[in-house]
Amino acid sequence: MTSAPLLARATDHLDLLESHAIFILREVVAECERPVLLFSGGKDSAVLLHLARKAFAPQSLPFPILHIDTGQNFPEVLAFRDATVAAIGGRLIVASVQHSIDQGRVADPGFSKSRNRLQTVTLLDAITEHGFDAAFGGARRDEDKARAKERILSFRDGFGQWDPRQQRPELWQLYQGKVNPGEHLRAFPLSDWTELDIWQYIEREHMALPEIYFAHERDVIFRDQMWLAVGPFVEPRPGESVERRVIRFRTVGDANCTGAVDSTASTLAQIIDEISVANVSERGATRADDRFSETAMEDRKREGYF
Amino acid sequence: METITKDLLRLATIGSVDDGKSTLIGRLLVDTRQLFDDQLDAVAAASEKRGVGDLDLSFVTDGLRAEREQGITIDVAYRYAATPSRKFIIADCPGHVQYTRNMATGASTADLALVVLDVAHGLKEQTRRHLCIAALLGVSTLVVAVNKMDAVQWSESAFRGVFDEVQTVARELDFADVTTIPVCALLGDNVVESSTNTAWYEGPTVLEALESSQAGAWTTSRQGARLAIQWVLRQPGGGRTYAGMVNGDVVRIGDVVTLLPALVTTTITSISVGGAPVLEAGVGLSIDVALAHETDAGRGDLLASSPLPTVTRDLDATICWFGDAPLRSGQRLRLKHTTKTTPVKIVSLNGVVDIATLRIEPTEQFETNEIGLVTLQTADYLVVDDYRENRVTGSFVLIDEVTNATVAAGMVGRAAFL
Repeated sequence: MTSAPLLARATDHLDLLESHAIFILREVVAECERPVLLFSGGKDSAVLLHLARKAFAPQSLPFPILHIDTGQNFPEVLAFRDATVAAIGGRLIVASVQHSIDQGRVADPGFSKSRNRLQTVTLLDAITEHGFDAAFGGARRDEDKARAKERILSFRDGFGQWDPRQQRPELWQLYQGKVNPGEHLRAFPLSDWTELDIWQYIEREHMALPEIYFAHERDVIFRDQMWLAVGPFVEPRPGESVERRVIRFRTVGDANCTGAVDSTASTLAQIIDEISVANVSERGATRADDRFSETAMEDRKREGYF
Repeated sequence: METITKDLLRLATIGSVDDGKSTLIGRLLVDTRQLFDDQLDAVAAASEKRGVGDLDLSFVTDGLRAEREQGITIDVAYRYAATPSRKFIIADCPGHVQYTRNMATGASTADLALVVLDVAHGLKEQTRRHLCIAALLGVSTLVVAVNKMDAVQWSESAFRGVFDEVQTVARELDFADVTTIPVCALLGDNVVESSTNTAWYEGPTVLEALESSQAGAWTTSRQGARLAIQWVLRQPGGGRTYAGMVNGDVVRIGDVVTLLPALVTTTITSISVGGAPVLEAGVGLSIDVALAHETDAGRGDLLASSPLPTVTRDLDATICWFGDAPLRSGQRLRLKHTTKTTPVKIVSLNGVVDIATLRIEPTEQFETNEIGLVTLQTADYLVVDDYRENRVTGSFVLIDEVTNATVAAGMVGRAAFL
């Protein structure tokens, strides 16, 4: 038996977080009729997809993968999305915000304006169209004070709304996923993971990520107290000067509202070192979409946002 | 018995409204440098906007609009902290009686309860209720922060008075391990740094008590390994493996296990974690196992090593009732236990707990947030342990058949103190 792989090391916190997430994935798939996994191509959804494969290996994924495409993505992230889904033989559904605009479901905010909030309509329409009763998301409770309040299985009414004052009690690990027709659940297997846990896990599992997470040279402008990458969705305005800097992205969102951070971290080990001593939070450093108000995330979540 | 690594401690804060739970957690996070600059700036800005001083630490965890407007905690906030010796998952629970269900949510998976009470008011009824629920939920370790010591001029005798109250209730409710600490959450005394105002106190700070606590993980048990089957995985070549989370005790290749309720004895021939083979797997790991014998095992069945759990349709249990309407005998609900969901009938209500006296009083119905004893009958067989022996196989929830809302937390059996 000495040649057999042995789990000799003590169970550490990453093992426990991984196992808890796998447990949640299996419970929701067992309890719900039509689950779907929300995938953005970012690090959290990459970890979520990785865990989903482990939960059901050697079988194929028992649910499709849904990307809400704002049309304002970094091309590196779309390439990563397609390569990742192809590698696992997954079924990808792309729901397009541009399509929602073309159909008159939402108003076009105009060139280079954020489509962040519009995604909610596209997401809820996709959930209705495909009859999904559960959507896995990669949200973590350490990201934001409203997320810190949310259940692991979070109930959405017939309008897709979250009511933070009337959440279902969630006792022990008895995740119960029954909903009536038209209602659905959001399931967050990464709820108890921190940003550092995510990076340590990515390193441990030798996972691939979009290149923009690693330090590289890029033309940027300084706007809204952040470095924004110059590209199809961000053009310099009068008075803004283009600089070439060594940067990386700490989160991945839309190209026009995700800020880069000055960084020379080009390996996972270097990123982990950088995160360990950071004094600004991940969303604070990089997300214009969270700066509208004190309760920006709560307000969006109430409407049905991720 | 295999115990999982001690570097992850789950704790829940409990206590009455306004005794300072959220402020203490805020202080703990600030003084251990868990908060980023922009998060602190946001707390300062929110404090200024609502006219509550420079830095209202409760805003660190009270993140909802309504919570900040009303200055109360409505639902559990989960916060994460790491010190060189431990990682902490902190469930900051609400104190109001109408949010008891949320407090129970936070405490159900806690290894330890951090109790906060106001030295000037001592043990209020609501704190007593929370302690009673925590005890019923199987939390056996308490760290008690006697807060607002500055308001009593750091009086040792005031602290001693509350200390004695805590000792008395801890004995009544069978808490095994209680550490009581005089603190001022607002100013930080004895939270992370030892206070110079309490020279008469020689015990640990709150952080030291949390870092050194020997509280075991909530999923461990003295009564054999348990694996509730969640999902059946088909293997290439036609075999099947059974997926679930290890609970109770470690599972090893070669272990003799019994499939229940079928009562088929077999042997574990392989174990894998996330598709990778291993020889053994500890409590809290999600695994899948192959069995030596052909079985028709599926979701809702349980694999167990000796001593075996009980197979039954008739349960005597303790429940916390969260429904908006009262519970009466004869009522039909759904029950979820491990990975099995079955219709259930309330056969009888056997009395409600008087929180003040811990006596069982006869009753016709359970009101919202009441705790009581019931006899239930399920449509399908359940495989249960007494809750005191195993918090996973001893627990269940009751579900409203129409709204699908979770309306009760249930524990098999009855605590010795009731």
